[in-house]
Amino acid sequence: MSPDLPYTRYLAPDGRPVTELPGWADDFNLLTRLYRQMVLTRLFDQKAVALQRTGRIGTYAPTLGQEAIGVAIGSLMQAEDVLVPYYRDTAVQLMRGVRMEEILLYWGGDERGSDFADPRAAQDFPICVPIATQALHACGVATAFKIRGEHRVAVTTCGDGATSKGDFLEALNVAGAWQLPVVFVVNNNQWAISVPRRIQCGAPTLAQKALGAGIHGEQVDGNDILAVCDRMRQALARARHGKGPVLLECLSYRLGDHTTADDATRYRCAEEVRHAWEEEPVRRLQAFLAGQGVWDEGREQALIADCQTEVQRAVEAFEAAGVQPLPAVLEHVYARWPSALAEQREMLGERLARRQGGEDHE
Amino acid sequence: MSNGKYTLVEAVNLALHRAMRDDHSVVVLGEDVGVNGGVFRATLGLREAFGFKRVLDTPLAETMLAGLAVGMAAQGLRPVVEIQFMGFIYAATEHLVSHASRLRNRTRGRLSCPMVMRTPMGAGIRAPEHHSESTEALFAHVPGLRVVVPSSPARAYGLLLAAIDDPDPVVFLEPTRLYRMNPQPLVDDGRRLPLDSCFTLREGRDLTLVSWGASVHETLQAAAALAERGVDAEVVDVACLKPLDLDTLEASVRKTGRCVIVHEAPKSCAVGAEIAASLYERVLLDLHAPIQRVAAPDIPPPLYRLEQFYLPGTEDILAACETVLDYA
Ligand SMILES: Cc1ncc(C[n+]2csc(CCOP(=O)(O)OP(=O)(O)O)c2C)c(N)n1
Repeated sequence: MSPDLPYTRYLAPDGRPVTELPGWADDFNLLTRLYRQMVLTRLFDQKAVALQRTGRIGTYAPTLGQEAIGVAIGSLMQAEDVLVPYYRDTAVQLMRGVRMEEILLYWGGDERGSDFADPRAAQDFPICVPIATQALHACGVATAFKIRGEHRVAVTTCGDGATSKGDFLEALNVAGAWQLPVVFVVNNNQWAISVPRRIQCGAPTLAQKALGAGIHGEQVDGNDILAVCDRMRQALARARHGKGPVLLECLSYRLGDHTTADDATRYRCAEEVRHAWEEEPVRRLQAFLAGQGVWDEGREQALIADCQTEVQRAVEAFEAAGVQPLPAVLEHVYARWPSALAEQREMLGERLARRQGGEDHE
Repeated sequence: MSNGKYTLVEAVNLALHRAMRDDHSVVVLGEDVGVNGGVFRATLGLREAFGFKRVLDTPLAETMLAGLAVGMAAQGLRPVVEIQFMGFIYAATEHLVSHASRLRNRTRGRLSCPMVMRTPMGAGIRAPEHHSESTEALFAHVPGLRVVVPSSPARAYGLLLAAIDDPDPVVFLEPTRLYRMNPQPLVDDGRRLPLDSCFTLREGRDLTLVSWGASVHETLQAAAALAERGVDAEVVDVACLKPLDLDTLEASVRKTGRCVIVHEAPKSCAVGAEIAASLYERVLLDLHAPIQRVAAPDIPPPLYRLEQFYLPGTEDILAACETVLDYA
């Protein structure tokens, strides 16, 4: 019953090519840059989890296991494209120029983290927490591109659970009806908190949801960055040149807990996770590069040391940022604070004074 | 339009034409808004005047309409979304509450959401189920939104233009019952009316009547009836339910010492309750009588044969006025 959707994989889990590689895959400079970015993302992610464990940031959603997908997306989007991400998109955000300290500020409970300094990310959306709603925002962004005749693409990401939501299906539907320049990347990491992929829907693939909307859908091995890059490049080109939207289902695995507030051992077995580690994306690319003679233990150690330094600097910048002054929470609720709400500004000011002034005010 | 007079829905149409002509970033979208000109004809002629790229007939999906508008607005367009009836707006609510109203704040002003969501509101047109709701309080509760309700063609025109100009999201509720009532002369001069402000429709010393939307009609009738009895009522049209112009309301009630609030939404947890509570905080000692609310009961709008009993009528308002006037 499964419709014949394309499925792309170039590298076996041990890093050996399973088929002829695309031409660009002999650009080892490019591949080592992608590898560096995956390692950097992983180390940053580890650090973020550690910061949460020691109470220095709040709940965090690890990106462990999906570095290849994010790095591939980020490496291929043009600066003028717009990213409409979800909460597990650290990898893509870093590639869009979002700074590590901004990501830490966000998860550390400070709104300044969503005010990206890098111009590449200036029009990108902040990460979306309500599931699947971002798919529609991406369609709105793509509608604007289409109305203005711009060759830009909106890229939106989500998990497998998100594909069950009306927002996701409504987004595919309008993208198909209007042939919008949008790429939907589903990170099928097999779990939506404790609910496995098979319980989300009865269709054999998530990519085939595209078919009902009249758009192109395909599957790709999300742990194989060569495959994701290859298909993402095609998808972006297609959308950019008015050939319509694409749904890319990337098959991966959420190696970490859902968030730092979750304990995945409650609902999944060690054997499954052990097997997933054998497929993971960072080691796969490393093994490929080593097989090509362009990577070795010495380079690996140097890279790790270099990335650790970068992460550490970001942590220091984050910790030096201090707390944003209280009036900042009023600043952006409306373009101008409405005079009709003057009383509430006063209320907050008094509350601040009372807290700072000690108990006897209350 | 006939001899320079416009109904409320024609005023909406006029404002949309004006806004689209003056600002190329204004885009109208919704179900049936294009070829059909909207089921109430609010978008009549826009497709012919501004083309397929700016007047978009969409798939039938309210969640999508709202989400799409958020994305478009973030890109600097000014989407004006039509929801066919307020009873169908709920699917769009998540995007209003979780995204449109928060986008500016969440990005420290980096992205903004200058969208307008228009929808007919309220009972009194003998419509089927789910076509008669007035659940404005749901939206008035949300920080970051503006909720605007015009009660005349002139205010529909001026407030809609202001809403489209506004850099933040506006829920614009059009009283269906008034759509074709009482045409008014109107000059298409592009003049905006202020948002976040009440309009004092009638000055008076004895009592303040507060209302918005379609109920303003009965409220004015009640004021006229009171005048015949020598009672001088002030009538304030709230017009913007969020943010609420409490200063105007406070000044009026301070002057009159008596207040009746009239709305067609169910009574409890409605905007009337908010106004009453705020006035008690501000003017308790100037009040000569407890504030009265005249509202619909806490029931869904009944099927149309009984809807006139659901809606507050002039007699109900007069009865409440008697209560506050007679108070010792
Ligand atoms: C609308 C909505 N419902 C519920 C939640 C709570 N929630 C947060 S993440 C999540 C699971 C999402 O799974 P999936 O889409 O597969 O993405 P993943 O987290 O696996 O990357 C749920 C249910 C939410 N954020 N939004």
